[in-house]
Amino acid sequence: MQNLKTVILHNREIAPGYYRMAILAPGYPQTAKAGQFVMLRVQLQAQPLLRRPFGIFKTGTLPPECSGMPPREFVELVYKVVGSGTELMATLQRGDQVELLGPLGEGFVATEDENPILVGGGIGLVPLFKLAEDLCRQGRKVRLLMGGRTRDDILGITEFERLGVETYVSTDDGSLGEEGLVTAVLERKLAKYPGAQVYACGPTPMLNAVHAICATHSTPLQVSLEALMACGVGACLGCVVPGKEHREDEPDYLCTCRQGPVFDAELLQWPESGGAA
Amino acid sequence: MSQPTPSLAVELAGLALRNPVMPASGTFGYGQEFAPYLDLEKIGAVMTKGISLRPKAGNPTPRIAETSSGMLNAIGLQNVGIDAFIRDKVPYLQTLNTPVIVNFFGNQLHEYIEVAEKLSDIEAVDAVELNISCPNVKQGGIVFGTEPCAAAEVVSGVREKLNKPLIVKLTPNVTDITVMARAVEESGADVISCVNTLTGMAVDIEKQCLHLANGTGGLSGPAIKPVALRMVYQVVRAVSVPVIGIGGIMTAKDALEFLLVGATAVQVGTANLVNPGAMSEIVDGIEQFCRDKGIDDINQWIGSLQE
Ligand SMILES: Cc1cc2nc3c(=O)[nH]c(=O)nc-3n(C[C@H](O)[C@H](O)[C@H](O)COP(=O)(O)OP(=O)(O)OC[C@H]3O[C@@H](n4cnc5c(N)ncnc54)[C@H](O)[C@@H]3O)c2cc1C
Ligand SMILES: Cc1cc2nc3c(=O)[nH]c(=O)nc-3n(C[C@H](O)[C@H](O)[C@H](O)COP(=O)(O)O)c2cc1C
Ligand code: FES
Repeated sequence: MQNLKTVILHNREIAPGYYRMAILAPGYPQTAKAGQFVMLRVQLQAQPLLRRPFGIFKTGTLPPECSGMPPREFVELVYKVVGSGTELMATLQRGDQVELLGPLGEGFVATEDENPILVGGGIGLVPLFKLAEDLCRQGRKVRLLMGGRTRDDILGITEFERLGVETYVSTDDGSLGEEGLVTAVLERKLAKYPGAQVYACGPTPMLNAVHAICATHSTPLQVSLEALMACGVGACLGCVVPGKEHREDEPDYLCTCRQGPVFDAELLQWPESGGAA
Repeated sequence: MSQPTPSLAVELAGLALRNPVMPASGTFGYGQEFAPYLDLEKIGAVMTKGISLRPKAGNPTPRIAETSSGMLNAIGLQNVGIDAFIRDKVPYLQTLNTPVIVNFFGNQLHEYIEVAEKLSDIEAVDAVELNISCPNVKQGGIVFGTEPCAAAEVVSGVREKLNKPLIVKLTPNVTDITVMARAVEESGADVISCVNTLTGMAVDIEKQCLHLANGTGGLSGPAIKPVALRMVYQVVRAVSVPVIGIGGIMTAKDALEFLLVGATAVQVGTANLVNPGAMSEIVDGIEQFCRDKGIDDINQWIGSLQE
């Protein structure tokens, strides 16, 4: 965990509205775990005031340049432009300064399961890449179910396939893969691999549906949640979600930035049990 | 030629601080959260999140919203309660070589007093900060912080049971803050800190809804600095106890402005959330400023505004 004043190595549009940004980040390849995130301070002035959280897509080391410079360690983010902070990020270029706090939070826990199933929607595919990398390296047979509204929301398919991941795509409008929700594919896969460890990251309605399916199949599920965050280090309590036992008179809030963003689904309160994750 | 290191030490009602910079309650967790990013022995004091008699759940989410140069929070004073605080948080605080100040609040008078009694017994707690900005639910929504009589009652009640310096934190959501400042001074406050957050609101024009689940929230950050500075200026002139300035302090320059109008110390809030190393940078900046200006004791700067 550190707060780095650092620079951007590259920042480019990879699909309409989606960008990929590499940032010089010494130490990240050794310390960052799949599912962890960073808080990025885009510019060192008051607007926008707060840092923005982003999942870690990749870490790596650039080979030394011919100048004989030392190898440069970096972290890569993939982000979607949605508001003022990400709009500003999209304008940044190589050499621009940013502040990077992290790696933060608790990531995915790779279980022993030989046939893990990853479920990702839109920008939720980002943290699953590093997880897929880890699982493939450990010799697991990884299946990734990718969902999105249209084909533009399906990110990095070739990169996942290059790792050896078996990918299944579904889009709401049928513009890529099968038409419909990613959860239909999940139902089929779970019928084939009962009890498989499922890892999911994506929009809340998707996570709710994934949880409902996993619960009926009694299969273990880890989810990566998004929450509005101010500090990312557990100080402001802005990012809490109700835990399983949460009741008004007996608070059991979980802090997404410190105890998450990846949670064992069993620890959370889900809509069908009266709460909202 | 290197100049001698200026002294930044200040004193608050008998409490000696190595420098005038401390966190604002609720933006620093219970201290330990920031240890990876900040040398806790570099700041003047550690200030904890507001504690109440019983654990408090806080408000539903969303609890935060960003606004122009500021943020709104409706955390709702979520905290572990005094007993868990003593059991789980105090052991760490005990190890620090920096004064520890505990912020606390209640819903009813007796709750304030019970927490004060418990805090009196804890050696690791060097001073307390009484937050009188929360609604008194039982008495139909009176706010201790906006009614001079209610404020006086709670301050004197707590003062009676407490054997440590008592800081009373004022809300800016009043017509005349000097009335409140005098009321708490007369009833036993050793130090006054001001200000807490300003009540505000944010709405979403796409979804046509309120941003915060609670509707309103407390505004903090650079957006409130001019208001806070004005109030600190007024309070310093209205009372004779030391004043701690709070509100939108992001840089050493901001801190120096509050000290210039007469604050003896400052609290840094939202800046910690944006940059966990903010207070360390502010301390360094104040020291550098003193060097540059040839000030060898920060007390020469405090209240030196030319009018
Ligand atoms: C742990 C974590 C990991 C994340 N990883 C990624 C990632 O890898 N790639 C990516 O593109 N985004 C990611 N996000 C979401 C990202 O943080 C937000 O999109 C970003 O903060 C929006 O900033 P903005 O200034 O552009 O938008 P704003 O102007 O602040 O808001 C614009 C819209 O985005 C929504 N929004 C703002 N913050 C969040 C948030 N934290 N989560 C969800 N919606 C939000 C707002 O409600 C609003 O509708 C992650 C969020 C979290 C909590
Ligand atoms: C997330 C958050 C939580 C807060 N919680 C408390 C609290 O528990 N007790 C309290 O007295 N003030 C609380 N405050 C108010 C701050 O201590 C401070 O008075 C206010 O934020 C103004 O300072 P700033 O502009 O530097 O943030 C909180 C503020 C924020 C932003
Ligand atoms: S974002 Fe501040 S506690 Fe999680």
